[in-house]
Amino acid sequence: MWDLIQSNKRKSVALIFFLAVVLIALGYFVGFYIAPGDGGLYGAVAAMLVWTIMMAASVGGGEAILLASSGAREVDHNAAPQLFNIVEEMKIAAGLPAMPRVFIIDSDVPNAFAVGLNPKRAAVAVTTGLLSRLNRDELQGVIAHEIGHIANRDTLFMTLAGVTVGAVIIIADLFLRGLFYGGGRTRRSSSRNEGQGAAIMAILSIILAILAPILAQILYFACSRRREYLADASSAQFTRYPEGLATALEKISGYHGERLQISRAVAPMMIINPLAAAGSSTSIFSTHPATEDRIRVLRSMAGGSSFAAYDQAFRSAHGDHGVIGSATLRGVSEFGVRKPSDEPAANASQRMRSAKNILHNLNQFSTIACSCGLKIKLPPGFDRPSLACPRCGAQHVVPPELLAAAAALQAAGGTPGRPPSA
Amino acid sequence: MIALLLIVGVLMVLAVMVIAMYNGLVVTRNQVKNAWSQIDVQLKRRHDLIPNLVETAKGYVKHERETLENITKARNLATQASGAGAAAAGKAEGELSGALSKFFLVVENYPDLKANQNFLALQEELSSTENKISFARQFYNDIVLNYNNKTEQFPTNIIAGSFGFKRAEFFELTAPAERETPKVQF
Repeated sequence: MWDLIQSNKRKSVALIFFLAVVLIALGYFVGFYIAPGDGGLYGAVAAMLVWTIMMAASVGGGEAILLASSGAREVDHNAAPQLFNIVEEMKIAAGLPAMPRVFIIDSDVPNAFAVGLNPKRAAVAVTTGLLSRLNRDELQGVIAHEIGHIANRDTLFMTLAGVTVGAVIIIADLFLRGLFYGGGRTRRSSSRNEGQGAAIMAILSIILAILAPILAQILYFACSRRREYLADASSAQFTRYPEGLATALEKISGYHGERLQISRAVAPMMIINPLAAAGSSTSIFSTHPATEDRIRVLRSMAGGSSFAAYDQAFRSAHGDHGVIGSATLRGVSEFGVRKPSDEPAANASQRMRSAKNILHNLNQFSTIACSCGLKIKLPPGFDRPSLACPRCGAQHVVPPELLAAAAALQAAGGTPGRPPSA
Repeated sequence: MIALLLIVGVLMVLAVMVIAMYNGLVVTRNQVKNAWSQIDVQLKRRHDLIPNLVETAKGYVKHERETLENITKARNLATQASGAGAAAAGKAEGELSGALSKFFLVVENYPDLKANQNFLALQEELSSTENKISFARQFYNDIVLNYNNKTEQFPTNIIAGSFGFKRAEFFELTAPAERETPKVQF
């Protein structure tokens, strides 16, 4: 595991270095095309400037923006005890230096992701759709996969690589667009020889501008897919129960509905690609390997849960080339698989209700218990003196303290809360 | 002159490698110590939860006074044993796990208790703490494996041998019953 982190670091540094070279070369050629001579140097500097600005934005406030844009709400132990406990269990199994923050996204699409450039301040987010569909073992498998991304430093390196690829795409795109709309060189060369050289350079820069983004993306996605397999292997090792993640993936990929509204940048950190159609096969432009393939590898681990067992399973599924480096596998011993926990099988509607309850509590909904057994949930700022139970029709008086709170809210410019139309 | 410089250069590179390997071993040995103390944190948490559990259950399970007393007794013994070495502490904790799983079997006969919100919350806390104990032990073993590999594999084994880095012991469950069911199941 520690060797894995080390070899990840080396490979990632090499990848980012290579992408940076591509970026600077692109900047140079574009600059040279616009102004032969000194232009190349200015172009390279401009490319690095774009890269630095994008990097600063994503390293600085990236996580906060990401979490806010996905509508994630932070929960603590009181608000979501089971989820919080599972994250803590996996934090312990992975030996992370600090407890990640835990977020819930109100969406029926089952998915989860991890952010955080540093394992000391990382975050894990899950959707209510995920909470309502998975049992404890399955949820543990998914959380372990996300914690694996944090422990293996995938969150850091995929962010850095993503930013660099993004900069390459932006520069190439600007250049090609400029070309198309008839922008051009500022200085024409006088001598014939120079003109020929410039023409060759011009053709080279156009080819580079077309190829560089494609190449960078292919590399980026290949790296992302490998990291997915490694996070799956980490999940099996942390939980000692590969079947949990396998069933979870099955359930998640079985979902056919709306897509999650989320930034493209987090896609490699999600448990399953949120942008691709469910069950679609893998291509060189996928962030994730095909889900069936991931499930097949997890299920053929043959009673093991170690990296060695995962690598063996991967080899048998992919014609004898492994996914985990031999340095990492050196000295790995097998620890077997634990039994599934036998939590009572909660039915789907029970799970859905408890997932919704977490959000209601977070949003400070108040409840009125009806004699028919229904708990009526009132949004904050509910301002009507009485209401009828939606199930049995009995009239209830809204407690005066709620009305006072609603009046205070309206006085402060808030909108009155209405019960959600069920 | 050039030969001398070359020798000095090689020696310096060697010295840097030795220092790096030595520091790597120290870091790993500290990780092992830290992982061990993480197990204690979780065991302590279990001890803290049990009085609440007994207090909540007392009103509901009038016919199971003995079971509850056994839990309290096992918990007190485990608290005392926590300073008395790994073997004694491990045995006491194993007995506490046994007493708890017996109690949660009994709970099945008391639907009123099982419907109590406070009890349900405590049950989730205790079951998760049991998981955390076993995950902390698991991580301890993972990191001990890493450390032991370093003390045995070339070239770090030379440094480990000459500076007295000894192999660390794996955590082994003492009670055979606990080995069969690594988690207390409710």
